[in-house]
Order: sequence, then structure tokens, then C-alpha cells
Amino acid sequence: MGLKQNLHNLKEKYKGTKVAPAFNALHTFLYTPNDTTHAGTHIKSVDDLKRTMNTVIMALIPLVIFGMFNAGYQHHLAFGNIQAVTGGFFSPEFWTLDNFMVGFWKILPLIIISYGVGLGVEFIFAIIKGHEVEEGYLVTGMLVPLIVPIDIPLWMLSVAVIFGVVIGKEVFGGTGMNILNPALTIRAFLFFAYPTWMSGDKVWVNGAVERTNEILAGAEVDAISGETLLGTLAQGKEVVHSVWDMFYGFIPGSVGETSTLLILLGGLFLIFSKIGSWRIMLSATLGALAMGLIFNGIADAGWIGEGSKFYSLMSTNFWHHLLIGGFAFGVVYMATDPVTASQTNKGKWIYGFLIGFLSIMIRVFNPAYPEGVMLAILLMNVFAPTIDHYVVQGNVKKRLKRIKVKTA
Amino acid sequence: MGLLSKKDAQLITDPLTDDNPVTIQVLGICSALAITAELKASIVMAIAVLFVLGIGNVVISLMRNIIPSKIRIIVQLIVVATLVIIVDLVLKAFAYELSKTLSVFVGLIITNCIIMGRFEAFALANGPWKAFLDGIGNSLGYGVILIIVGFFRELLGSGTLLGFKVLGDPIAKTGVYAFGYENNGFMLLAPMALIVLGIIIWIQRSRNEALIEH
Repeated sequence: MGLKQNLHNLKEKYKGTKVAPAFNALHTFLYTPNDTTHAGTHIKSVDDLKRTMNTVIMALIPLVIFGMFNAGYQHHLAFGNIQAVTGGFFSPEFWTLDNFMVGFWKILPLIIISYGVGLGVEFIFAIIKGHEVEEGYLVTGMLVPLIVPIDIPLWMLSVAVIFGVVIGKEVFGGTGMNILNPALTIRAFLFFAYPTWMSGDKVWVNGAVERTNEILAGAEVDAISGETLLGTLAQGKEVVHSVWDMFYGFIPGSVGETSTLLILLGGLFLIFSKIGSWRIMLSATLGALAMGLIFNGIADAGWIGEGSKFYSLMSTNFWHHLLIGGFAFGVVYMATDPVTASQTNKGKWIYGFLIGFLSIMIRVFNPAYPEGVMLAILLMNVFAPTIDHYVVQGNVKKRLKRIKVKTA
Repeated sequence: MGLLSKKDAQLITDPLTDDNPVTIQVLGICSALAITAELKASIVMAIAVLFVLGIGNVVISLMRNIIPSKIRIIVQLIVVATLVIIVDLVLKAFAYELSKTLSVFVGLIITNCIIMGRFEAFALANGPWKAFLDGIGNSLGYGVILIIVGFFRELLGSGTLLGFKVLGDPIAKTGVYAFGYENNGFMLLAPMALIVLGIIIWIQRSRNEALIEH
């Protein structure tokens, strides 16, 4: 009589009642069901939806842990408690318990709120609709804390999660039916609803907002500023971080988006476990490089003056765009969402390429919305069914032609 | 309603609920998105449409037997345009600030689908009294939705109602702002009007399943 049997008994006890889906979900999330169906076709596969979701979560765990260390590191760095690390990715000054605990106590509530509120909404909808609880939120719930600034107020996150799950997903019919990526819908909602908490130079470092309030209240302390690199570049200022810092992720930014190195490893893990599409990741990278090269070309050719407000972002070395901002995170974990991406292989190339291309374009041309990758993915989510439609129709036409040639 | 027969009363009550021009017939959405960021603008817009549609329906109904059907759309447009210009001038004369807020959308009442729709569908085929009731009913139905959307958008987006700071002062941090509450800037953008409207439609259809199309 282990936990599994207890959960099974609970499930049996509530069978047929309104809350049955909730207990069923609890049981099957942790264990395989005790009984199998007795009629119809059986497909035995280790790769069900819950396993898929759990694999993505596993790929996200390193980012969560890194995010905790980095949150503490940025906090202490901004407050002048420590020096910037210079010893590479494994610098012991970065991986300190102190850094970790600062981040841990800030990020844990984000994760709890994200899962608590999101799954709460899912359970309520499952009970109203009378169907099983869907697994879709498992990944969304882990993505959400990783794409928000560390200092986001928890009530804002709750409002956004309710909005994102209900309007982004449930109104369309739940997991598998949604047009937009729910995690990005949540972020977009926060971004447009509470712009002061989603951009600027205060929210990315833990404590900077409080410090600003202290100064407003008359305290004699130094202001803390912690812009993302995109913010720095948009204002045409000098970037103080080295390329290796960008690659390792020792820069301010949303919780999980900074470490390109770990995102790269997570992406490889997703590709080898055949969960994420390498076509989308590769084509998005190519698209971003293409747009970056075009902008570099324009800046080098002198078509745009140094005084222009676009100059600084345009002349940014084209491959640096891959390392800064949320580009890598968005492409690896959001663009590859199997529900909202293109389904056809050719469609995936087009879809991915345009995401990369548009991300950099939005990033450069609209400094007010530096996080172009979010808007680019949401836009392409809307276009994905259209792309698929034309790819399929094109294939139908090609095959019809082949038949005609044979019969003629 | 002692004054009206049951059938006449339905002309007013139906558009308020199960035959609402905005949520059921999905007409007049453009203005519902454009001017509902403030409650005051919503109310004025509702009154303007009430005036135009109430009188316009009667005028069209009176002329219904003498309008050649080939040019009826042009005649209808002239009637609406005349009434809309009256509204516009009155607003400019007595509520200039508000007419600035509503800007082009007063003029665009001419193209409001609800008005042409009621002319075509009702006033051309019914007597003036019925047409009047129908006009009042439909513009009230439109106005109710506008006011509901405007209420939520202004309350959540700016923290005010009709310009009064009902939630406290966001800068001096009084009222709910003292607890860290902040206005939802998204509410002031047009997409949120569409979403609020969608939620109203959702609630309405889940209360009355007969309204759901399959």
C-alpha cells in the first residue's frame, strides 16, 4: 500500500463525481494508471503527453538553478557587495551559496504562484467541462517564472496567469487547441498591462525598485540601475559586459533567459530526445543572423548616420544578437511549442526563419519593445496555420501533377 | 409596461438581451472598440446613437412608401448624415472637450452598421411608432454594452469612473494603490475592448444555450 495505491483508491472513491478529474490527474501525473482499457486498440508507448512535458521541464531545470544564482549575483554586484567574476563559467565567486539563496527566495514564490494559480484554473475548467485535466500547463507553469523580471509583484503574475490560461488557452478549447503560446500570452499581457514592471532599468535586478523608493523617500544611498543589454544598446550606451559574460549568462535579464550556454545545452537535449524541432531552432537562428547581417550592412554602408536612434542596435555585431535578450530562450523553448508552431516540415523552416528575422527587426526598429522575440513568436503563431495550409496545398498540387504525367 | 402592447414592448426588450445588436448580431464593433476607454465617452456615444437611430428610424419609416428601392441606400445615408451632423455640432457647441475625445467617431456613426441595418431590416417595412420603438431598443442594446465595456476599461485601466478617482490616487499612493495595486495599461488599448466584449458574449451564451451557433 504505497502512495500509488492510496491515490488510486482516492480516484475510485470520487469516480463519477464532479471533482473526479482532479484526483485522476493527481494519480496519473505521478504514476501510470493501475488499470488499462479493456476494449479497442492498445498503443503502448513510453512517450505520452505527460512524459513529453516532463522532458521539457527537465531541460528547464538547469536554467532555473542558474537563474537563482544569477539573480543573487546581479543583486550583490549592483549593490557593490562583490566584484564582477572573471574566471569563466565555473568561477567559484559566482556559484556561492549566498547568491543562490537570494535568488532562491525570490524565484521560488514565482514558481509557486505560476503553478498554483495556473493549475487552479486548469482544475476548475476541467471540473466545469467534465473532462480530464490537461497536461499543457506543466510546461507553461515552468516557463512563466523564467521569462519575467525577478522583481515582478506576485499579484500581477497571478492576474496575468489567469488571463493567459483562460483567454490564451481555455476559450479555444484547452491544450492542443490554442492558437497562441500560453506562456507568451502571459508575458505579453504583463508587458502591455504593466510596462513599468516589464521594462526599464529597475526591474531586472532584485532590490533596485526598493532602492529607488528609498531614494524618493529621502534616503542618502546610490541609485541602482540594472538594464538589460538591449536597453543599454537601445540608448546607444557602451556595453560593459564581455561576449563571454553574455554567453555564460552573467548579465541582467528575465530570470531564465540570460545563459545562452545552458539554453544551448537544453536545446540539444530537446533535439536528441526528439521533443523540440531542430528545424525551427536552426531556421530561426539563420533568420536572426540574416536580419543582423542586413542591418550590419546598412550601418557599414553609411546609409544611416551615427546620430540615428537605430544606429547603436543596427551596428551591433550580428551574432551578438543571438546572445543577448530572450532570443535564444524564445527560440529553443517557445517557438518549438508543438501546438502553436507549424506542423509541416517545410512550414517549420518558413515559420522559424520568419521568427528569427522579425525578432531582430522588431528589436532594432522599436526600442520601446526591445523584446522582439516575444512579439515575433506570437505573430508567427497566428500565421502558422496559414503556412501549413499552403505547404499542404502545394504538396497536393505537386502530387496531382505527378499523377497527370503518368496517366497522360 | 402598461403603455405598450406585449409585442411593442418586445421591440425594446429583445435588443437588450437575446437579440443584442453588438453581442449577438456582432454589429457596431468598431466604435465599441474605439471609444470605450472612458465611461463618459461611452455614455455620450450611446446617447448620440440613441438620438440618431430613434429619429432616423421614424423618418425612414415615414418615407418608406415613397423611396425608390434602387436609391434607398443613398436616401438612408442622407438621413443619417443629417442627424449625425446635428449631433456633432451640438457636441462641439456644448461639450467641446468631449467632442475632441470622440473625434472622428461621431462622424463615423454614419457608417455604424447597426443604424443602416435597422433602416434596412425594420424601418423600411414597419410603421413609424414601431420603428421608433425598434430604434430606441437597438440603440439601448448598443449603449448597454458600450457602458459595460467602458465601465470595466476605465475602472481597471485608469482607476477612475467618469473621471472620479474611485480607486485612490496612483501618484500619491492612496486607496488601493497603497497596497501596491497598479492600473492595467492594457485595458486602455483596443485589443482589451475586444476581449472584454468577448467575455460578455461568453457569459451571455453560457447563460442561454439557445444562442450558441453550431
